[in-house]
Order: sequence, then C-alpha cells, then structure tokens
Amino acid sequence: MIGYLTRRVLGAAYVLIGVAAIVFVILHLTGDPAAVMMPPESTSAELQAFRHLHGFDRPLVVQFGAFAWAAVRGDFGDSLRHGTPALGLALERLPASGELAFVALAFAVAVAVPIGIVAALRRNTALDFAARVFALVGQSMPVYWLGIVLVLVFAVQLGWLPTGGIGGPSHLILPAITLGLFTMAKIMRLTRAAMLEILRADFLRTARAKGVGPLRLVVHHALRNAWLPIVTVIGIELGTLLSQAIITETIFSWPGVGRLAVQAIYDRDYPVVEVVVLLSASVFVVVNLLVDLSYAALDPRIRYE
Amino acid sequence: MSPAVIAASPELVLAARPHRFARTLFAGPATVVGAAIVALVAMCAIFAPWLAPHDPNLQALASAGQPPAWYSGGERTHLLGTDNLGRDILSRMLWGARIASIVGLCVVAIGGTIGVACGLVAGYFGGAIDMVISRVADMQLAFPLVLLAIAVVGVVGPGLWTIVATLGVTSWVQYVRVIRAETLALRERDYVAAAVATGASPGRVILRHILPNVASSVSVLATFEVARAIILESALSFLGLGVPANVPSWGGMLADGRQYLDTLWWLGLFPGLAISVAVLGVNLFGDGLRDALDPRARE
Repeated sequence: MIGYLTRRVLGAAYVLIGVAAIVFVILHLTGDPAAVMMPPESTSAELQAFRHLHGFDRPLVVQFGAFAWAAVRGDFGDSLRHGTPALGLALERLPASGELAFVALAFAVAVAVPIGIVAALRRNTALDFAARVFALVGQSMPVYWLGIVLVLVFAVQLGWLPTGGIGGPSHLILPAITLGLFTMAKIMRLTRAAMLEILRADFLRTARAKGVGPLRLVVHHALRNAWLPIVTVIGIELGTLLSQAIITETIFSWPGVGRLAVQAIYDRDYPVVEVVVLLSASVFVVVNLLVDLSYAALDPRIRYE
Repeated sequence: MSPAVIAASPELVLAARPHRFARTLFAGPATVVGAAIVALVAMCAIFAPWLAPHDPNLQALASAGQPPAWYSGGERTHLLGTDNLGRDILSRMLWGARIASIVGLCVVAIGGTIGVACGLVAGYFGGAIDMVISRVADMQLAFPLVLLAIAVVGVVGPGLWTIVATLGVTSWVQYVRVIRAETLALRERDYVAAAVATGASPGRVILRHILPNVASSVSVLATFEVARAIILESALSFLGLGVPANVPSWGGMLADGRQYLDTLWWLGLFPGLAISVAVLGVNLFGDGLRDALDPRARE
C-alpha cells in the first residue's frame, strides 16, 4: 500500500511538472507581455526596462527554472495586471468555483444514479426509454446553449431566478444545472449499463432465489458491484466538468477561477494563468488518485501492492 | 487468411459480408435516424452553395431582424428570418454545416492518426516508449482543454485551421488509452506470435496484424470524436476564439445572437438546435456502429 501510494504520488508530481512546463512554453509564445501591459506610447527603453524587471529577457529555460523553484515554495509571482500575488488571486476565487462544481456534480450524481438504476430494473419500459432519450440529448447539447436557453426561460421570461452573479442558493440553480447536465447524462448511461450487466450475474439470481427483497437486492447486492465503474467515470468526467466550468462561469458571470483564467489569457497575465492551470490540474490528479484508492474500499477484493 | 485470424476478428467477418453488416447496423430505428441526420448535414455541407437562397455574408440593413417566415412580419424570401445585420439565417446555417463537417472530419483525421499510432506503438513495444506516451497522455488529461485551446488560439490567432489543428492535436488522448489496451491484449495472440516467428518486422506486425483488429474500435471512437469536435469548435467560437466572424459557423452565429436573445431570439435558437441535432445524429450513429461491431455491447 505504501509503495503503491509513493509511486502514484510521484507519478502525479511528474504530471504536474509536465503540465506546468507545457503551459509555460505556450504562454511565452503568445507574444510580448510588455507590449500588452505597457501604454502604447512607451519608448523602447521603457519596454526593455519592463521586460528586464519581470525577467522576460532571460532564456526560456532559465525563466522556467526560476519559476519552478519559486513555485515549489508557493510563490507564483505577482499578477502582472493586479500587482498582487497570483496564487492569492486564484485562491480567492477558488471557493466560488468549488461551490459551483461540487453542487453541479452532486446534483448530477443524485439524479443520474437512481434513474439509471430504475431504468435498468424496468428495462424496455417507457421510463427506461425516457431515461435513454434524456441521456442522449443531454450529451448532445452544447453547455453554453443550454445555459443561454435556461437564462432566457427562467430568468428573462419567467423572472423566477437571477440571470447571473453570485448570491444566495437561487443564484446557484441555473449554473449548476447547466454545468451538471452533460455529466448527469453520462453517469446515467453508465449506471444503467453497469446495472444491466450485474443484474444478469449468477449471484443475483441466487440472492433472488434466497428470497432477498427487491430493495436489499439492489442496494446490497447489485449497487455495491456497480459502484466501481460509476466512481471511475465520475473521476474522468471531472476533467470535462472543469473545462465546462470555464464556459458556465462566463455565461453566468460567476466570479470563479474559470473566468479569472479567461481574462488572464486575454491580458497575457502569465503568473495567473500558470496558477489556475496548475490548480485545476492538481484537483484533477488528486481526485483521480482518490478514485483509485477508493476502489479498495468499494471492493475488498482489490488490494494495492 | 488463416482461420485463426478470422476467428480473432468478428468485424472482419462482417466486413466480408457488407449486406449482412448493413442489416446488423441498421437493425435499430435509432441508428437509422442517426444516419439520416448525418446524411442530411453532409448534404447541406456539400451542396451549400447551391442550396443557400442568399449569400451568407450579404448584409441588408433594410431587412435586418426579420422573424422566421411563419411569424407575422416574416417574409418567404427569408425562411428562418434574418439577423441583426440582415443576413439570411437559413443560408448561414447551410454554410455552417460545411464548417461543422470540415472541423469534425479534419479534427478526427489529425487526432485519430496521432492517437492510433501512439496507442499501437505504446501497446506493442511497452517499456520506456509506453511510459513516455502514457505520461504525456496523463498530462493532457489533467489539462483543462478549453484553457489549452484558448492559449493556443491566443498564440496563433483565431482562424478555422488554427481551431482544426488545436482540437486535432489535443484529441489524440481519447484514442491512445483504448487502442493501447487493445494492442496489449492482441500482442499475446497466437497469430501475432506466428507472424513474428515467420520473420515479420514490428512495423509489418503492427500494420498488417494488429491495426485491422483495432479498426472497429477506432471507427466507433472516431464517430464520437466528430461529435465532440463540433461541440468544442462551437464553444470556442462562442468565446470569440473560433473561426473569424465572416465565416458562418453555428457557434459564431450563436455567440452573435446571444445579446439579442430577448428580442431576436431566432438568431440563437436555430444554430443551437443545429448543433444539438447534428451531434445527436452522430452520437446515435456511433451507438449503432458500436453495437453492430461489438455484439457484447448490444443492449
């Protein structure tokens, strides 16, 4: 177990260093931050001074080395636009993004898993058909279009919910539905497929023959075996969810990390983009590590060597 | 072809009997609907210049903001109405089908080639090559794709081919994992051992003996990737980073229409519907294809 954990943590560290290097190189190809940040009437001497001040005139490898060394100590540099530490800016926005992503994911799982189970149990009924159509349509709709339509109907036409911004729980409803629907469709489909597979298994027939009641049959016998693929897909879907959060936050003016990142890319605010990308990559890596470790808890047959 | 090879690949049997394969493929009504939608989008894309009633970029401020023909104030010359600049929505939608098809097909061609090649090499050779490819794939997966695309588009500047290249290069990771896993399993088959024993080079084994057996997985993956590419392209256009404004793309039309939602709602509704229906069609077809090629996945 300890050996496995060490290997996985080392692997995660490689991934994060690689991600940092990739985003560093791409960002430093995007052009000259001095040209963007300085007033247009600046002389070339002033531009040169700006580059020198922020170290943009050094070779790329040296810049990355300095960046990586500082980053290890938690220093990602100051935002070129705001002048405050980039890490602080991102961490400030993190709770809002975390709240939205968590509610969206929880909503997706809470709806998708029960419906997926019932669809599998009542296979080829109208309910099953409706669930399958919903899953297909949910996976085909672009997130931002769904967001726009929801705003139009529930905020503009009916006036029931706010169009955007952050506030009470009512502000969360539309963005969470927008963000969660695609993931919900995916989890629903997978739950149904996993349950169908398990319902055919011999041990379920045995359990039924023993006289196990339907609820206990589903919860204790079938679902315990179906959790593994469901949890796996939740971990993988998190990557898609994080990407889609950027678009959702833009539509709903949600003051999260995603909007910060988009604005920072337009401003060529390197330190902020670096932090945000590393932050979201870390979340993805950590959650997927937890997913792998949870296998042992979900299925006692799995042991890590 | 030896009996072992045939036994190893049911899809080759199906391919050898095209009529039977088609019958299996189109057995379900969902696949037929999906194929019909895909065919419709393809027809629109190919024949857009002849089908479109107007020049998609022709601005006519005198007839700007006309509702669809069946609404009061709508005219028969503009079936789906006009946008805020008086451009014909139907014509732009038809040309948009062309953009969506180009993006979908080119992205799959680029990503599929890279992904399948890396998956085959990683799975067949294993060792250090496999480790490097798998690690890079892990990095790609942890990277928020939208941010990556925004950054790359920022470097090169927005344009149709920038989008195609960015989405193409980043989509390889979807193929690698599946193809690598299948190659790992196929490598142990007797017919591969037989080919190696008769002196076939690794390249020959991979191309002649393994590639044909992963072809069915590749075709299914590629279908779903077409759908993903269309959605991502429209998302980037929506963020203002997609194809330039003079190229009529569905995502761009939707982005343009966003600010007129409460007055000229048809500006955003029709392109949004087009994206959803096209993606739905591709997904339905992909489901059918997977069921036909892999009888175990049939529900």
